Amino acid sequence: MYASGKYSSRGPALIPRMKTKHRIYYITLFSVVLLGLIATGMFQFWPHSIESAADWTLDKRSVHDAPLVRLSVSSLIPERGDLSCRMHTCFDVYRCGYNPKNRIKVYIYPLQKFVDELGVPISSTGLSREYNDLLSAISDSDFYTDDVTRACLFIPSIDVLNQNSLRIRETAQALAMLPRWDKGMNHLLFNMLPGGPPDYNTALDVPRDRVLLAGGGFSTWTYRQGYDVSIPVYSPLSADVELPERQPGPRRYFILSSQTAIHREYRAELERLKEENGEALLLLDKCSNLSQGAASARKRCFKGQIYDYPQILQESSFCVVLRGARLGQAALSDVLQAGCVPVILADSYILPFSEVLDWKRASVVIPEEKLSEMYTILKSIPHRQVEEMQRQAHWFWEAYFSSMKAIGLTTLQIINDRIYPYAARTYEQWNNPPVVKWSSVNSPLFLPLIPPRAPGFTAVVLTYDRVESLFRVITEISKVPSLAKLLVVWNNQNKSPPEESLWPKIGVPLKVVRTKENKLSNRFFPYDEIETEAVLAIDDDIIMLTSDELQFGYEVWREFPDRLVGYPGRLHLWDHEMGKWKYESEWTNEVSMVLTGAAFYHKYFSYVYTYKMPLDIKNWEYTHMNCEDIAMNFLVANITGKAPIKVTPRKKFKCPECTAIDGLSLDQTHMVERSECINKFASVFGTMPLKVVEHRADPVLYKDDFPEKLKSFPNIGSL
Amino acid sequence: MQARKKYGLLGLCACCWLVLFYWGGGVQLRLLRLLTRQPGEVVRPWPNWTDRAFLPRYAHLDEIQMDPGTGELPHQRRHAWSAVYKDSRCRMETCFDFSRCRRRGREGFRVYMYPSEKSDRVSESYRKILASIAESRYYTSDPREACLFVLGIDTLDRDQLSGQFVPNMDERIRGFPLWNDGRNHLIFNLYSGTWPNYTEDLGFNIGQAILAKASLNTEHFRPGFDVSIPLFSKDHPQKGGDRGWLVRNTIPPRRKYLLMFKGKRYLTGIGSDTRNALHHIHNGKDIVSLTTCRHGKDWEKHKDARCDHDNLEYESNGGTLKGDGAACIPVLLSNGWELPFSDVIQWNQAVIEGDERLLLQVPSTVRAVGNERVLALRQRTQMLWEAYFSSVDKIVLTTLEIIKDRVFSHISRNKYMWNSLPGGLLVLPEYSTHLTHFPFYYLGLGVSPGQEFTAVIHAVSPLVSQSQPIMKLLQVVSKSKYCSQIIILWNSEKPPPSRSKWPPMPVPLTVTDGRRKTTSRFLPHVAIETEAVLSLDEDTVLLTNEVNFAFLVWRSFPERIVGYPPRSHFWDPLKGAWGYTSKWTNDYSIVLTGAAFYHRYYHYLFSHYLPQSLRTLVDRTSNCEDILMNFLVSAVTHLPPIKVAQRKQYKELPSPQSTKSVPWANPEHFNQRQECVNTFANWFGYMPLVHSQFRLDPVLFKDQVSVLRKKYKDLERA
Repeated sequence: MYASGKYSSRGPALIPRMKTKHRIYYITLFSVVLLGLIATGMFQFWPHSIESAADWTLDKRSVHDAPLVRLSVSSLIPERGDLSCRMHTCFDVYRCGYNPKNRIKVYIYPLQKFVDELGVPISSTGLSREYNDLLSAISDSDFYTDDVTRACLFIPSIDVLNQNSLRIRETAQALAMLPRWDKGMNHLLFNMLPGGPPDYNTALDVPRDRVLLAGGGFSTWTYRQGYDVSIPVYSPLSADVELPERQPGPRRYFILSSQTAIHREYRAELERLKEENGEALLLLDKCSNLSQGAASARKRCFKGQIYDYPQILQESSFCVVLRGARLGQAALSDVLQAGCVPVILADSYILPFSEVLDWKRASVVIPEEKLSEMYTILKSIPHRQVEEMQRQAHWFWEAYFSSMKAIGLTTLQIINDRIYPYAARTYEQWNNPPVVKWSSVNSPLFLPLIPPRAPGFTAVVLTYDRVESLFRVITEISKVPSLAKLLVVWNNQNKSPPEESLWPKIGVPLKVVRTKENKLSNRFFPYDEIETEAVLAIDDDIIMLTSDELQFGYEVWREFPDRLVGYPGRLHLWDHEMGKWKYESEWTNEVSMVLTGAAFYHKYFSYVYTYKMPLDIKNWEYTHMNCEDIAMNFLVANITGKAPIKVTPRKKFKCPECTAIDGLSLDQTHMVERSECINKFASVFGTMPLKVVEHRADPVLYKDDFPEKLKSFPNIGSL
Repeated sequence: MQARKKYGLLGLCACCWLVLFYWGGGVQLRLLRLLTRQPGEVVRPWPNWTDRAFLPRYAHLDEIQMDPGTGELPHQRRHAWSAVYKDSRCRMETCFDFSRCRRRGREGFRVYMYPSEKSDRVSESYRKILASIAESRYYTSDPREACLFVLGIDTLDRDQLSGQFVPNMDERIRGFPLWNDGRNHLIFNLYSGTWPNYTEDLGFNIGQAILAKASLNTEHFRPGFDVSIPLFSKDHPQKGGDRGWLVRNTIPPRRKYLLMFKGKRYLTGIGSDTRNALHHIHNGKDIVSLTTCRHGKDWEKHKDARCDHDNLEYESNGGTLKGDGAACIPVLLSNGWELPFSDVIQWNQAVIEGDERLLLQVPSTVRAVGNERVLALRQRTQMLWEAYFSSVDKIVLTTLEIIKDRVFSHISRNKYMWNSLPGGLLVLPEYSTHLTHFPFYYLGLGVSPGQEFTAVIHAVSPLVSQSQPIMKLLQVVSKSKYCSQIIILWNSEKPPPSRSKWPPMPVPLTVTDGRRKTTSRFLPHVAIETEAVLSLDEDTVLLTNEVNFAFLVWRSFPERIVGYPPRSHFWDPLKGAWGYTSKWTNDYSIVLTGAAFYHRYYHYLFSHYLPQSLRTLVDRTSNCEDILMNFLVSAVTHLPPIKVAQRKQYKELPSPQSTKSVPWANPEHFNQRQECVNTFANWFGYMPLVHSQFRLDPVLFKDQVSVLRKKYKDLERA
């Protein structure tokens, strides 16, 4: 009431002022509209503002539109490359800085057309198709930035792939004119055909200061290890020719030489080899009767017989790649594409991407001097290895050679790995073909260590409300000599654990953890209270295990710290009728899982289980309450590639699968459900990681005719 | 009036907006585009040229394929090279005489040591290096068959102020008739230059010799030619060496400090940084940061700028991050330093490399490293330590093997072999260069061991009757479905019987002459084509099922020995020596190779890796070959062998009064074995044997289940 009165009393006072206010209001409105119109017009018809450059690039541009830059004769020439350059001396890391993605930022200079004072361009070809592909690929990649101030690496748009088309001095001047040149610091040049007649240097001859050079055909004297990147010589044939898929295996010819410009001394040597070994060798040369041109590049001849190149490469196990005037040969790329193992004879040649690729697994490098021994050397390689090398060679081509994009991005990744070495790709990532990556296992606990006995293990007892049984379990476990700590995971949210005074008195620390949710997977949580490597997961009703059995289980775990070591074993089987996996709990001769109702495992696995488990499985577990132990078995087997270890003879566990949950019984539905879990997990992992074994671990003297009292673990297997 | 005005106004506004839309349609679109452009989104800057299809190739196909060629003849060029590329530009191609190493094919890599002159004092470290070479399998005393030469003069410490400095090197070297400007020579060095300018200068002209030097500078390092070695002290063990300090893989890998700078610099010369490396690689206990400082003239300035900074870091992190969940990772800041054995070791998989210039980033980098990575890094540093650094022997051998791999590049180890367990020194490329031919790489390659085995039966007694144990054994083994062939190693004095004397069998049988040598049972016979070998004594009593079960167990543990009768070793504190026992014990560390499965590669290692002296000992005594094999395999795996279930223990030590004819009944035989254990431990430099407490039985072994359910029921019959 009071407030409204206040407003109404103000009301009448406002009305007289309204008229003048209106006028001002209209005037402002009008001027705003007018200004708006003018601004719009200006905006509309302003010739190519900065922002509209994006439009300009979208479609309507031709290479010939690139702005012209005229070089003066006297303009600065950079120094020749410095052979002592290394990342820590010639590269400014501060530009790259720390970044959470650990990825360098690459800037590409806009295309310009450089001409000398007479208007003659610095390069006879200008931008080549390959270099354009390379730059587009980089600009499409995650490395790219258009913000020159944030860039760590700069790539000039001056095409220097082929030195033959360049005017050396003018190109150097053009480079020095780049706005961020700064002595070539953090600049990257791609060059595939270096040198020129007569001596064909192995690195680009253009003076280039501190530029980081990605070059094809480096020799060990020009390559600055850890600074330059050795790249392949791209073969344009691979874009034109699609070779059919060819599985590794024996081929029609053993050795093939398909290069056309082999030095006569080497050709004589090869011919001698052919005389000695006959049909196994095929020596091809260019066809004399064909006219020059693209056609001749795709044909090879031997004694008048014409072969298709590069298809013929697929017919041989080994293909010779000999050096010519240049060290880098495009033939290498063709050979790899064909899945033929390259035999590289080029002394001092730095193989493409040798910083990360292990060429010994994909090629044979022979000193030029030993050309005459080539046949014997190659014959000594086992067949299986030749097949592996063929596979590896083709995979190298596919991943790193096949396109300018692959070459460019691999180069950037190598530089990236140097700048963020802690995030670098591993040997396996670089070198393992997808087949191996998929099937191989790199166990996280790979070092063979038998951990000391002394730290003991932590028992984690999962319980809901069976206090009496729980207390019996606690009393039993506390007798195990190596028990270090007992952790009770109280999974009942509606009921508090009993008072402290009621718990059994035991010799080791006992901790109770209350959980927020009644989930069986709570037992696998990596609680901070677990300070030992070894964890014993045990249900609150497993009272039948003797202390000898538990201690023995711990001793076995010490010898297999990377495996699940448990008591009741289970098996998965392939049901041929149903065409799916089946869970088996009968007394079988085989084991592929151990139940985690009583099992030792490394704490690392609880960490992985909690944080790295595929989400699919976590959700599944949530709806199918009792599959957490199967999931754990899958997880460990998948990570380590190893079977679990079942210890000690079979005991009468009373219905171990149904212990944790009340009301569930070991009936048909239960088994069906567990079979379902196996099928689900196998599909999530994309494979069946479980391994079947026929052994279990017993004490050395188990059931041997030997005085019981002298045995370390006499009380084993008693029912 | 008011209403009209209002409408007029509204109409005007509407008109204005219409005009705006009509004229400035682009404006809204552009505004929209400006607003919706995410900050991270990249505009495609490199245009999609309209005429990109018409762009020229970077080179014509002809230009690429038709190499222009040079007039120079290749062999002339190679010759010319060696004149140009020498001294500081040396490479294997130009400064190394390969022809010296081809004399005996693959065996061609022989190392000759100059005899040391009496007047020379040789430092403890260099003495160890020379001892390692002299004991290695590459040593030769004949300079004519040598491929590599090592000086007898101590070149480790080239600091003029040092007591171990040898003057007049140039003159002395020139006096050697074999010197040949240093070709094919290997020079070891730990310290060079002197205070205050620790340079790379050795004080004499090494010419074309290969330099194996600690703390090599990348600038002076001749890639593919020199070898960077770790610095080691004179107390570094000759053989064996500690296993490293990592004994547990705790999760989270918690440590007291996040980052710790350790090691002294400047005080002991340019190599001090490598010394740190050596010790800290070893150190799995703390977070360690290794730093190098260039030893330039301005070293005092450097000291202030960097080392204090490091110390500061140490203190601040030590204080604030105590108890922080972070982990122990070796952090390497080593600008300009060629890491030890960088030729073959992939350091980025074992340490976190940082840039000295970005020291301040190191803590954040380290913190960002995940638990899994930390776990892997720690294990990998430990693996490298154990494989290449823990003793002088290993350092020297690694150096030699690296050079050998270069000389025989087509029979050499790949990076995978060097960087995965058990390390390159235990992988002999002459055996095979193929990864799946070795017992250790199955998991890493995603393949499993073969499905068949070859039985090798060691026969010593002549064949006189058809009821001899060997006949029974042949039948039992050949019945196994996994058996692919049987080889009888005939070691009897009598010549082998004719083919017809042997029983007919479903698998091929080969009889080879063992030349009555005990070690011949572990010769890498070419006839063995399967990965698994079942080694048998002629009097072994086995069941087919026992064989089958043991083979299946072996397939789960292909890198270990899987056998039946166990033995054990122990430390006897009274005698101060190792003891050997064949009594029934609760643990074991040896399984007898009279009946055992193992990978055939161990035959090769036994015959080519172990020194001749040990094999001679075995042949002389006709004893201990099984112990030696167990030593070898455990040294490779760091794990115990595996004992599997057996129906009844055989070959138990009988009471001395009974059968005297059997050799193992002889107490002398037993004493010999005791001695063997000590001799072998001595050669390995440590005790490789490891104890195990379990044996592997079939899953239902002696369980109270119906016999019908059991696959290996006959194992239980007593």
